[in-house]
Amino acid sequence: MAHTKAPSAFKNPLIRWVDDRLPIFTMISKEYGVFPTPRNFNYLWNFGALALVMLVIMIITGVFLAMQYTPNADLAFDSVDRITRDVNGGWLLRTLHSNGSSMFFLVVYIHIFRGMYYGSYKRPRELLWLFGAVIYLLMMATAFLGYTLPWGQMSFWGATVITNFFTALPIVGKAITTWLWGGFAVANPTLNRFFALHYLLPFVIAAVVFLHVWALHVTGSNNPLGIEPKSDKDTLPFHPYYTMKDMFGVSVFLLIYAVIVFYVPDYLGDPDNYVKANPLVTPSSIEPEWYFLPFYAILRSVPNKLLGVILMFGAVVMIFLMPWLDTSKVRSAKFRPWYQWCFWFFVFDSLLLGLVGSQHPEGIWILLGRVGTLYYFGFFLVLLPFLGWFEKTLPLPASIAESVLGGGKLAGSTVAAKPMEKA
Amino acid sequence: MVDATHQGAESTGHGDGQTRREFLYLAAGAIGAVGSAGVAWTLVDSMNPATDTLALSTIDVNLAPIVEGMGIVTMWQGKPVFVRHRTAQEITEAQSVKLSELTDPATDESRVKKSPWLVLIGICTHLGCIPLGNKPSDDRGDWGGYRCPCHGSQYDTSGRVRRGPAPLNLAVPPYNFTSDTTVRIG
Ligand code: HEM
Ligand code: FES
Repeated sequence: MAHTKAPSAFKNPLIRWVDDRLPIFTMISKEYGVFPTPRNFNYLWNFGALALVMLVIMIITGVFLAMQYTPNADLAFDSVDRITRDVNGGWLLRTLHSNGSSMFFLVVYIHIFRGMYYGSYKRPRELLWLFGAVIYLLMMATAFLGYTLPWGQMSFWGATVITNFFTALPIVGKAITTWLWGGFAVANPTLNRFFALHYLLPFVIAAVVFLHVWALHVTGSNNPLGIEPKSDKDTLPFHPYYTMKDMFGVSVFLLIYAVIVFYVPDYLGDPDNYVKANPLVTPSSIEPEWYFLPFYAILRSVPNKLLGVILMFGAVVMIFLMPWLDTSKVRSAKFRPWYQWCFWFFVFDSLLLGLVGSQHPEGIWILLGRVGTLYYFGFFLVLLPFLGWFEKTLPLPASIAESVLGGGKLAGSTVAAKPMEKA
Repeated sequence: MVDATHQGAESTGHGDGQTRREFLYLAAGAIGAVGSAGVAWTLVDSMNPATDTLALSTIDVNLAPIVEGMGIVTMWQGKPVFVRHRTAQEITEAQSVKLSELTDPATDESRVKKSPWLVLIGICTHLGCIPLGNKPSDDRGDWGGYRCPCHGSQYDTSGRVRRGPAPLNLAVPPYNFTSDTTVRIG
């Protein structure tokens, strides 16, 4: 070792001893200490750190819940009831976990929209974006599996409707669904395996998060201007600038999370899930958790079963394809006057679809669902490719430092976009 | 020359080292592949219904208490089964429909073994909810049969789908009449 690498510069002998044998402190210092980070981050750049905090909270509360939970169709509902009534602090663990899921999705949705606005998915960050999309997909699977565990009416019927998506597949559909259930309906074998997988997937997510962050540290972060840092003047060391900013963001976020957990813990839940699962009675309306509503609206906007299921999965696939659908070389929407409008309308459309998903599919809601679905796919498949061809983008600043520190001379110093400034 | 010495050094001295190595390499690879596939299949298949789940149970339903116009729900293989005592009017309606009007064409005769009893698997063929309509007080939809609360599919008095998104008619389970007032399902 000594031959290949100079002894590390750490003063503490224990740290030095470890670092000479496994340079983990060198790594931490390089990636989180001096790591050069664009100086112009806004608060939207906090959401990656927030997502990581949520993952850790979910894993910790989940492991402790699992110590009290019984994955058996006859016992699960009562075991969750026992957690909230009898287990010391169980009510807190459970609300932290069930509301944590909502907070996790909220953070990740903002994180994804951030990336869409500032073009963070573009070259050279395509793989970074793909890992993110995989995390999102795994999160959806994990949350769906977790939601079945309390074995209430909504758990049971949500699981029934979602697993039945696979019956839409021609020929193999029935066999796949039976295989997923381990029987001929959602029942005890289903609950058992869902628990096993719900326990497993968050650790798979953690592994993909590692790859996501690794890819991030190869390309470096994007920033609100969407131009690459060119000199030391454009960046700041991660510590203490962004460690502090992230910690501030985390504190504010935890405060909001705490208000929900302590004051309105059931606001986001469905009262039907406090009724034990009954395989013979479907609740009068089935509605997924809010974070799935836009996809649910897309599913229901088509009166054909197979097509509905295809469109719903397709809606997630669109996110994966973004780096190749967007043909514009300019990253940040700040310099894309048309895209900016399309983007905000897409955000509005997603919220609209969420609202549609929460309503009975009748009257005006059917129409709104169809229009919303049309724009959703139109945004990805038509606007993203074509805007790149005819949109006249605004001139990009010469550098980050000039743009954020330039003050008065800013106006005269912007130059027309050079190819190297573009994605 | 270089090749020859090289091969000589590597071979076992019989001059066929190269082909033997290739063979061993392929054979080991093939066995490894077959072995992994076997293990993978064992894992996947372990998730299929177990023997106890598969054990095909039958249930007997007593028809005597089911009055005309009413239906009941029982459980067979973890699935809800509807047994409905149809009224004369419901039967006429079911029989007089033109097949060309149906999404999944089937005659009422092909779906019923003995009038007036209609026996169906009560699972909506869209995404698996349980349609309403056994109780006369339920909202039975525009065709008087069943209506699914989940995404609004409607079925007629023969359990045939009349309005989507459900693509197929309600399934008919295997059953026979063991007496005038008992039906055995399964
Ligand atoms: C990606 C991280 C995770 C997400 C998004 C997630 C999501 C969920 C959701 C939505 C529920 C239903 C909550 C309810 O209605 O009560 C749930 C329940 C549960 N989860 Fe998780 N979870 C995660 C990680 C974990 C982990 C790592 C474990 C165990 C090691 C775990 C164990 C449990 C248990 C035992 C329950 C049932 C108790 C209950 O319903 O409160 N979860 N999870
Ligand atoms: S499950 Fe019956 S209409 Fe969708």
